[in-house]
Amino acid sequence: MTDTIQKVKNLSIGFRSKKGEEILILKNISTNIKKGETVGIVGESGSGKSTLALAMMGYVKHGLYTIGGECQFNSSNLLKMKSKDLEKIRGRKIAMIPQNAGQALTPNLKIGYQIDEALQLHSDLNEKEREKKISELLNKVRLPSPETIALRYPHELSGGQQQRVAVAMALAGTPDLLLLDEPTTGLDVTTQAHVLELLNFIAKDTGTSMVYVSHDLGAIAQVSDRIIVMYSGEIVLEGPSRDILKRPIHPYTHGLLKSIPKLSLAGLPDSMPGSQPQPGTIQGGCSFFDRCNFSDENCKHNSPQLEFLEDLNTSVRCFNYEKLVKESQVSQTVNKIKNKSQDKEILNLSEVSISYAKQKLLDQVFNRISDNNPTVKDININIKKGETIALVGESGSGKSTILKSIAGLLRTKDGLIRFDENRNLSSDLKERDPNDLRIIQLIFQNPDESLNPNHTVEEIIAQPLKLYFGLKGEELKKNIIDLLQKVRLGEFYTSRYPRQLSGGEKQRVAVARAFAAKPDIILCDEVTSALDVSVQAAVLNLLQQLKEDFGTTYIFVSHDLAVVRAISDRVAVLYQGRLCEVGPSNDVYKFPSHPYTEVLLGAVLEPDPDIKPKLVAEDIVEERPPEKGCSFQGRCSRIVGDICKKEIPPWQLTDSGNAIRCHIPIKELQKEQF
Amino acid sequence: MKVDNIYKEEKKSAFAKLSEIIITMASRPSGLIGLSILVFHIILAFISPYIAPHDFKAIDPTLMLQAPSAEYWFGTDDLGRDVFTRTILGGRTALTITFFGSLIALLWGGLLGIFCGLVGGKIDDVVMRIVDAFLSIPWILAMLLIVSLLGTSTEVLIPALGFFYGKGIVRVARAATHDVIAKDFIVSARARGHSNFSIIWNEIIPNVRDAILVEGAMRWSWMLLGFSSLSFLGFGVSPPTPDWGLMISNARGLMSFAYWAVIAPIVGLSSLIIGINLTADAFAKALGIDRSTKAPV
Repeated sequence: MTDTIQKVKNLSIGFRSKKGEEILILKNISTNIKKGETVGIVGESGSGKSTLALAMMGYVKHGLYTIGGECQFNSSNLLKMKSKDLEKIRGRKIAMIPQNAGQALTPNLKIGYQIDEALQLHSDLNEKEREKKISELLNKVRLPSPETIALRYPHELSGGQQQRVAVAMALAGTPDLLLLDEPTTGLDVTTQAHVLELLNFIAKDTGTSMVYVSHDLGAIAQVSDRIIVMYSGEIVLEGPSRDILKRPIHPYTHGLLKSIPKLSLAGLPDSMPGSQPQPGTIQGGCSFFDRCNFSDENCKHNSPQLEFLEDLNTSVRCFNYEKLVKESQVSQTVNKIKNKSQDKEILNLSEVSISYAKQKLLDQVFNRISDNNPTVKDININIKKGETIALVGESGSGKSTILKSIAGLLRTKDGLIRFDENRNLSSDLKERDPNDLRIIQLIFQNPDESLNPNHTVEEIIAQPLKLYFGLKGEELKKNIIDLLQKVRLGEFYTSRYPRQLSGGEKQRVAVARAFAAKPDIILCDEVTSALDVSVQAAVLNLLQQLKEDFGTTYIFVSHDLAVVRAISDRVAVLYQGRLCEVGPSNDVYKFPSHPYTEVLLGAVLEPDPDIKPKLVAEDIVEERPPEKGCSFQGRCSRIVGDICKKEIPPWQLTDSGNAIRCHIPIKELQKEQF
Repeated sequence: MKVDNIYKEEKKSAFAKLSEIIITMASRPSGLIGLSILVFHIILAFISPYIAPHDFKAIDPTLMLQAPSAEYWFGTDDLGRDVFTRTILGGRTALTITFFGSLIALLWGGLLGIFCGLVGGKIDDVVMRIVDAFLSIPWILAMLLIVSLLGTSTEVLIPALGFFYGKGIVRVARAATHDVIAKDFIVSARARGHSNFSIIWNEIIPNVRDAILVEGAMRWSWMLLGFSSLSFLGFGVSPPTPDWGLMISNARGLMSFAYWAVIAPIVGLSSLIIGINLTADAFAKALGIDRSTKAPV
């Protein structure tokens, strides 16, 4: 094969533990990257996907070392090369696009200068030519008015623009191979869709080979020709992207695809049991054995080898793949959630505005906030007992801000938050009595941060029990064990520290702590976004189960629209701190009526190569909401006229009980649906 | 599901934790050296009164400034006193006073720092400016003032030293608190309605304790140097109590012909300071708060 540009041969990378054991992060990896193709490497955190990508440019992280094998680029082994020779390859031949462009760009140098630096290193152009090349590159990554962008500093650009600059810098050396490490993970859905589209274009336009590393099958599906699925340091499945996503013949990929919530399906997907084993803990046998639905005795004792199936053009590491070959497609079964909401209203937000503006001296004296254009404005939501309402929107849409206000962590500027029709919760923490605090509990996004690393699980769950119910001794212990069992954790977890738990287990502890207070409302702030895909479904199922058992009301904040679709009864779409649309999730997802909802839903990436995101609006990022008129006027593609800029749009009701805030008449909005 | 064997670590008693930390410290050469020096000095401080070969205040003009010999290992000073006896006894006062001084510094500095970090706002501003103001006063001048007003008794020296060396700890504790304060578990505790006291005690202290302890250990060695400087200037312990600072001060004029009388206390003082410094360093590394990891290439 002459068109192979990178050849990974029997690569093993690992580290030595304190006891002197050799622990492998990558186990005997072999693969080829061909010229002009885009390879997606997908896997959960800790599967070794980033280590593999870094090894492809001859870099091994500090603390790890190469145990065996090689990475051949132009028939020389990158892992044995001297750093001087590597410098000639990195940037010129192999370039890397990092996950967080905001951190990868030097904050105190102008964009143009940083690209110029890359050009000076990697090309032989003179100053004039370089200047031309900079505009060319910025044009290529579709940044508006390259001349002005080149003079800006990184912080003056939005996340999507920064990522584009990173792409431009990587292209400066006209590399043969581009390594992308989760390049769209931190971006908003709409921005992400645009960046992926750009990458697709560049791959076609320049013929560069790309290696795209991500945990997100949706993103991988959009860009790659071939997919490598990794699980605990091994390649478990490798083949053409369409086949892998449509007919995964490895049980792990099969289960993974089954557990991802889809936009087209309401209800919670089946979850995969357990979590990925820690490196060095596999005794023998298949690494996926514990979680596999297709395993038998053979899998327990013998580890399968990667087998190439010629008829399918796929490599698979499984003894029983034939069982899966027969099963033609991933048939997703969802557990329909029962809407158990009662008519009784539990929380009412009326005309709520929240401002982050700093109080001036005079305002401090009168204890008021004066801000004409607050971050969050005019929020009217009625929440019924037992329902799950989701707040969705991109970053900066004020969804977390609203949660904070409900929890009392942030003062409201105007408006009323009422609990149970008569209790006023508009005050902040200091003014609420303990019972008001008990009824509303929070679950946070990242369990690493929300659990005190120096407390054991027992101490963590004991806190609300001691605080609200004054439990002690045996009774306290009994309650803790009860709660642990409710979140499907055993009694032996009590003496563990958070660092000894996996991500999913940590989040379960956080859930147990929230339920310990016997709350009426639980605020879930992006509770699954820090979790791996295979674990996410399990946590969602648990939350749903607990809700049905306790009749709790959830206010669910997420940027992941598919997750919201799976769990919520009603959805409120927010843009720039203003409501756009509120309605039953079925209606909102089936017939997105508000122009913004349309944009948002259109940009969602599904793990299916046939469903392409629709790019309706520009991915500009607005810093502040407009002072007058509709909040979405800056990006709306269906603007009616001056009225959108001057007047706040009225609420319009559809027949199904969907409330939309737009100047376009409701009939027209519904007509243009697909 | 199998239980991961690496992660099967259970909650340990405080004693088990401490012994583990000490073992980790001793596994590094610098930590082992530091620990041995420190332990040697502490043991010496306890047993020196019983093993001292001579009377530390016995003046004998006939033995003035004798070179080291089999009878007087480190020679004698200008009053004919045995330098060896005085050297092994000379660390006791300094060690005791500075040990309790650093405890006081840790306590007030740590608590005030955590409190300021937690409440923030106006109170934080005012307290920190006061701390800054104190930091700008040369401590030795202030100490001299206090000592000359109140005397040089232990009851004055310990709190005075504790106060002056606690200012730096305030800053460290406040910074460490700021690292923790933004984490969600604090927000979570706040949202549940825990009191400030409970948040400090349960949530913050376990997370900033290590940083403050390391800082305190560092302060101990600085305080030792500071105390010896006071003695050197004649404001520390009063003669004839043996003390390194005082001994150096007395013998420095005779350095050109009776070097032994000044070298012995210098070795004693500097070895103790080096010992404490190395131990504090190793302590930090054993706790995993050493940030000098190698940058990626």
